[in-house]
Amino acid sequence: HYAMKVKVLSRNPDDYVRETKLDIQRVPRNYDPSLHPFEVTREYTRALNATKLERVFAKPFLASLDGHRDGVNCMAKHPKSLSTILSGSCDGELKLWNLTKRECVRTLQAHEGFVRGVVVRFCGSSFFTIGDDKNIKQWKMETPGYGEEEEPINTILGKSVFTSIDHHHKDAVFVTSGQQVDIWDEQRTSPIRSFSWGVDSINCVRFNPVETELLASCASDRSIVLYDMREAAPLKKVIMTMRSNTLCWNPMEAYHFTCCNEDYNLYTYDMRYLDKPYTVHMDHVSAVLDVDYSPTGQEFVSASFDKSIRIFPKDGGHSREVYHTKRMQHVICIKWSSDNKYILSGSDEMNIRLWKANAAEKLGMLAPREKAAVNYNQKLKEKFQHHPQIRRIARHRHLPKAVYSQVKEIRIMKEARSRKERNVRKHAKPGSMPVVTEKEKHVVTVVK
Amino acid sequence: MKSLVRLVTTGVGENLQDDGPPGTGLGILTQGLVLGNFVFESPWPTEGEMIVFWVVQGGSDDERKHCRLLEAISSLGGKTRKKLTERSEASIQVSEFTVNAEGEGDKINLSDLIGTLDKAPTALTATKKQLKNLEHNHTALDTPLTRKETEQIQRVVAFEKTSKEVSRWQSVVVQNQKAEQLVFPLNQEPSGPKRMEHVVSGWKAQTPLEQEIFNLLHVNQQPLHNPVLTQNEEATMKAMSLEEAKIRRAELQKVRALQSYYEAKARREKKIKSKTYHRVQKKVMRKEYLKRFDEMVKTDPAAALEELKKMELSRMKERMSLKHQNSGKWARSKAIMAKYDDGARKAMQQQLEVNKDLTMKLVIPTNEEDEDEVAEALPDFVNDAEPILDPINPWMRGKLSTEPEEEQVEETEEEAILRGFEERRKLRRAKDAVEVAPVVMEESEAEMVTIESSDDDDEVVEISEFTSLYRGLVKDHGEGPALLEEGLVRVRTLEDMELLGQDVSACEPAPQTTQTLSTEQTEPQSATKQADGKRKRKKMIDPNEVLTKEAKVIKVPFAPTAVEDVEDTDEQRFIIKEAFAGDDVISDFLKDKKKQESAGMPKVVDLTLPGWGEWGGGGLQPSRSKRKRFRIKVAPPPPRKDQKLLNVILSEKRNSSVAAHQVSQVMFPFTNPAQFERTIRAPVGHTWNTGNAVQKITAPKIVTQLGAIIEPISREELVKGENQAVTGKSNLRSDQGPQQKRRSQQKKKHKHKKN
Repeated sequence: HYAMKVKVLSRNPDDYVRETKLDIQRVPRNYDPSLHPFEVTREYTRALNATKLERVFAKPFLASLDGHRDGVNCMAKHPKSLSTILSGSCDGELKLWNLTKRECVRTLQAHEGFVRGVVVRFCGSSFFTIGDDKNIKQWKMETPGYGEEEEPINTILGKSVFTSIDHHHKDAVFVTSGQQVDIWDEQRTSPIRSFSWGVDSINCVRFNPVETELLASCASDRSIVLYDMREAAPLKKVIMTMRSNTLCWNPMEAYHFTCCNEDYNLYTYDMRYLDKPYTVHMDHVSAVLDVDYSPTGQEFVSASFDKSIRIFPKDGGHSREVYHTKRMQHVICIKWSSDNKYILSGSDEMNIRLWKANAAEKLGMLAPREKAAVNYNQKLKEKFQHHPQIRRIARHRHLPKAVYSQVKEIRIMKEARSRKERNVRKHAKPGSMPVVTEKEKHVVTVVK
Repeated sequence: MKSLVRLVTTGVGENLQDDGPPGTGLGILTQGLVLGNFVFESPWPTEGEMIVFWVVQGGSDDERKHCRLLEAISSLGGKTRKKLTERSEASIQVSEFTVNAEGEGDKINLSDLIGTLDKAPTALTATKKQLKNLEHNHTALDTPLTRKETEQIQRVVAFEKTSKEVSRWQSVVVQNQKAEQLVFPLNQEPSGPKRMEHVVSGWKAQTPLEQEIFNLLHVNQQPLHNPVLTQNEEATMKAMSLEEAKIRRAELQKVRALQSYYEAKARREKKIKSKTYHRVQKKVMRKEYLKRFDEMVKTDPAAALEELKKMELSRMKERMSLKHQNSGKWARSKAIMAKYDDGARKAMQQQLEVNKDLTMKLVIPTNEEDEDEVAEALPDFVNDAEPILDPINPWMRGKLSTEPEEEQVEETEEEAILRGFEERRKLRRAKDAVEVAPVVMEESEAEMVTIESSDDDDEVVEISEFTSLYRGLVKDHGEGPALLEEGLVRVRTLEDMELLGQDVSACEPAPQTTQTLSTEQTEPQSATKQADGKRKRKKMIDPNEVLTKEAKVIKVPFAPTAVEDVEDTDEQRFIIKEAFAGDDVISDFLKDKKKQESAGMPKVVDLTLPGWGEWGGGGLQPSRSKRKRFRIKVAPPPPRKDQKLLNVILSEKRNSSVAAHQVSQVMFPFTNPAQFERTIRAPVGHTWNTGNAVQKITAPKIVTQLGAIIEPISREELVKGENQAVTGKSNLRSDQGPQQKRRSQQKKKHKHKKN
């Protein structure tokens, strides 16, 4: 008898054959670390490249919506539609924009004089505007049909000028500020409740989006006042060294709000502890005019008189991003879109600008592998963020010359001040000059 | 209403505008006042400032006339009216500051208010009196707080309330901050299949067929609106409260546990092969049975009769059979042996005894007889004289005669036998344990064994007069520890221990051993102890090796860097010397430095290759010329910076070109460099990690959905967060992220592929 043993390599085809031809070829990998040396150096290089690429692709400016014939004074997001925004200008004109088409879909002469504020009802069916003509007007969201006139549904004639308006997030109630804070029922022509504390006019009032019965306002007497709609009196007042222009509540953290101040800073407060801001956000070189939180509550964007926009992490003292263009003048109003992807800024020179919230982000759908690569790069950047070269590249920004020199000047001024203080303290009686932290410096007093 | 503050008269009243709260005293009090235009200002303690008005329109002429009229009236009454400030203008808001405070010091009596009405004094005098009494009885109330103060109090209270309310979010906020991943929008509906009830809940029956089906379902009480439970289920749920259910469950658990114990015990007992044990058991049972029977006679005669019949039957059976008659094969063999063997004889006797027992005619026993019966039932061997096994032990020689109470003896015997079995089992177990783990500390083992043996001794004392069988057992016990000792316990004497201690000291590091000499000299007792073990110790410790050498004096070629005054530092130097006795720091340092210097020197690179123009092969060296040619000398590096600093080593490892790329300080989230290095060292990419691991590591902190509107966090999240805080779960949403889902899907896919 004759037998031969034939030895053949046999592999399970499941290990190397792909299921469909659209699948990626399966590559068996050996993760033995000795086969893949220099992990840190290789990843460092990858991180460096990722950082550089991020800067290469950082092109945040998307579009400019022009059409207004005067400076854009206020803007409002549509609560149900991402592609719709409303803007009011200083000549009383109000425009509705379609962001996907980047065009104005409707224009109406809302007021005589400034449109001071615009807010969309929580259901998105109508919106309210206020103007310098002391009117509160409610408008339908749909454009009037052919032959119909552009007319408000309701008009309320107020006794004094209103400065800002905000709508309750769940009920048919809205609030205006001016001489006092008025809370209005949509069905009534007189306010259902009025709060006043002091005589100065109030710039801005905002409903808390989480605890919907709470309100906060900034007044021109440098104070920030908290209200509860259900109470008869205001809750508390904090007076700062300079006036706050507007404020915004964090949509994910019920008790945090950020106000933008004339002293170039933004302050995040915990409403329970007003005696000292939770964080001071510095970087602007001129008065900050508007602020809006990202819908995730992790960051906020601020608009400044220094013709720039900055994005701050909610608990970071300095901005992670600054946007500017040559033609953009003083930015008056700013909004962060509800899908966390875009930023809209309205400025003095009659334009509304659309920006990306993450400057280097690729827009649109990503393939799974692309997504994985983005995540990996992000992780690498995060991992090596403290390395000097990477940090240098990641933090490098070009600034307009005015801002750049202003930044330098402010730094010098600050140093000089602190030096002076140090010297004075050195020669003062020990203990007579307690050290005041940056956070404590800006609060004058808290009034109960 | 606390007080009436001010009363102002102006003109004739026609239209009254009453803003006062209905049913208050003020309204009643002033109903009749039509004469004047009164302004009552009264701070309501509950609602802040509240003003009551009677605003009356009227011409200036009328007013003047009315004033005159009033004056006339007041003069008629004979009383002097209090002159109060006139206020002509009516406005909505009357501030406390704008009103003139003239005449405020004068006190107004309550009776003054009705004084103007007294046209018919007879009716009013009584009330007047009453009011006066009231005034006298009660002291004046406190003046109310000012508006400013009341408002402040209100604000403080309101703020506290609100901040408390808002603080409920704390846990949610913190949780979100800590979460590894947040997926927005938060209130996303899970994309997977939904439960039937949720889909159906919004649906209504419309067509007749549907309605028919619906009705049918209704008749059957199927769950429609409350989809989780049927009505029956709900009813059952209501029938028993949670506590009851818990108690019941606990009871059941206990019963089950007990049952299992009994079962285990029964099984164990069943396994026992010893006949003696079973015999004893049987006897115990029989005895118990008898007892029960006795009781039954008293309580339930019918059942007892039944039992009696049964017993009779068994007796008959026994009488019929040849069992226990000593007529079987076994009995015959025993009978042969019986002449010589005690045990065999006893066994036969026992058989007969059993027979006797079983065939004995049962008489319903009286109480006195009972004891006798029992005594009879005793096995004979109990009464036998025992062979004295341990002649030395006086207890062992004890006889039954010492204990006259037979029943007690009986019981103790049985117990003892049972205990004996128990004991034996224990012993066996211990043995097993020893076999399994023979590395147990020997000492403890020995202890254990000795303890056990002592126990045995006690036992022996207790049951000294019992069966030879048990005696055998005891014997076994006696052997037990001996066996163990043989195998495992190393016997140590006191001397051994001492030696051991010395061994240890000998093994200890040099600085201590250096002192051994001195201790030996000082401590005489230790010396005496060591005397017998000296020979051994000498083998182990070589004093010459252990003792420190004199520190070598190094001639350091540098000038004294610091001149010290010798007298002061002598002591210190001595101490230092003592501390560093044995190790030579300075020479070590110099060695180190030399080593580093030599490491920094360039090495000659030898590039010579054998062959190539020459003969090659084993044992042949390349020629000298070739070697010279291919040995490359590298130029020496620049001199070291510490070349002239004799007692300093400056490391030259730091590379300035690399330093520009390195992190110079530990950044915030890290607390020490090691931590930071560890994170940097762990690779993230898929070159080093599996796909799943990479996905997990690189998962972004915030995930948003393209084109989805992210609403502010809602109160439902708060409820969820609170629940989770209670149950102690962590991380709200990160688990439900789409990535996770995808991952799980992929896993499935892979599995599929493998199959």
